[in-house]
Amino acid sequence: MTFSNARDISTSAFNPRLVFTNYPLGNPAGRPFDVVNQREILETAFQMLERATEAGEIVDTPHQWSENHDWMRLIFSDEQPFLSEDAERDRRERLEKNRTAKGPESK
Amino acid sequence: MSIEFVRYIDKTREYYHRQGYDRSYNWAHNETSAFTPLSKPLSESRVMLISTAGFTLSPEGGFSESELKELKKGGSNMGSYDLEVFPVPSDLAEDRIVYVVANHDTAQSDMADVNSYFPIARLREFVAEGRLGSLATEFLRLKENYSQRKTMEVDAPEVLRRCREDNVDVALLTPV
Repeated sequence: MTFSNARDISTSAFNPRLVFTNYPLGNPAGRPFDVVNQREILETAFQMLERATEAGEIVDTPHQWSENHDWMRLIFSDEQPFLSEDAERDRRERLEKNRTAKGPESK
Repeated sequence: MSIEFVRYIDKTREYYHRQGYDRSYNWAHNETSAFTPLSKPLSESRVMLISTAGFTLSPEGGFSESELKELKKGGSNMGSYDLEVFPVPSDLAEDRIVYVVANHDTAQSDMADVNSYFPIARLREFVAEGRLGSLATEFLRLKENYSQRKTMEVDAPEVLRRCREDNVDVALLTPV
């Protein structure tokens, strides 16, 4: 029984049983410090365990992370670096070097 | 209604391509999997928890600030080709589980509650309430790894061995 926040990665790998919650990565078992929400997600999985008869069932839980979907847009964007400060600086330097090397046309 | 969710496979491909990497990651792909139906009521089942979350276990009393800084500086949770399956006692105090390494965007969520990615306290509650039978003596943490071969040939057999050894009926996985 797998809990996931990355529906495309998990369905590509294929899981016998999957509970997907559309939260940012790192919260497959529910919203931080929200016991009711965490229990609901686990209970969803327990009911699937009791019910499932073949591999590949997916349940999409109805929970939303926030009222708008900005967090989804910002992931892997330059607006919201996800690496440490040092790693992000290296990344930007490498990016700049690549751009310079290739010239402005390929920018 | 179509389900809206982040396309991580597409997003990471584009992200790394912008940085000049031409080869894209070969994500695990399977058309089917093994399946074992539940053989007894959950209230009699023994439950294992397995995660790739980047946490470590602190000594009693916790890490000092300098120790924590050093751990977080490590920068990556990416595994090697060695066996990397680490036990986490299922009766361990929650605050002994310390998240130290993030390989993903934590701008929205700082991993401050272990139960979001390793629901150890929630599972203990379900056992106390009789919804679950019991918990494996030791839960498991794995290092994430780019090599699917390593996962399949080195770590997975050890996970299975430990599950069988502890008579586990149900395995819950929380990939992070």
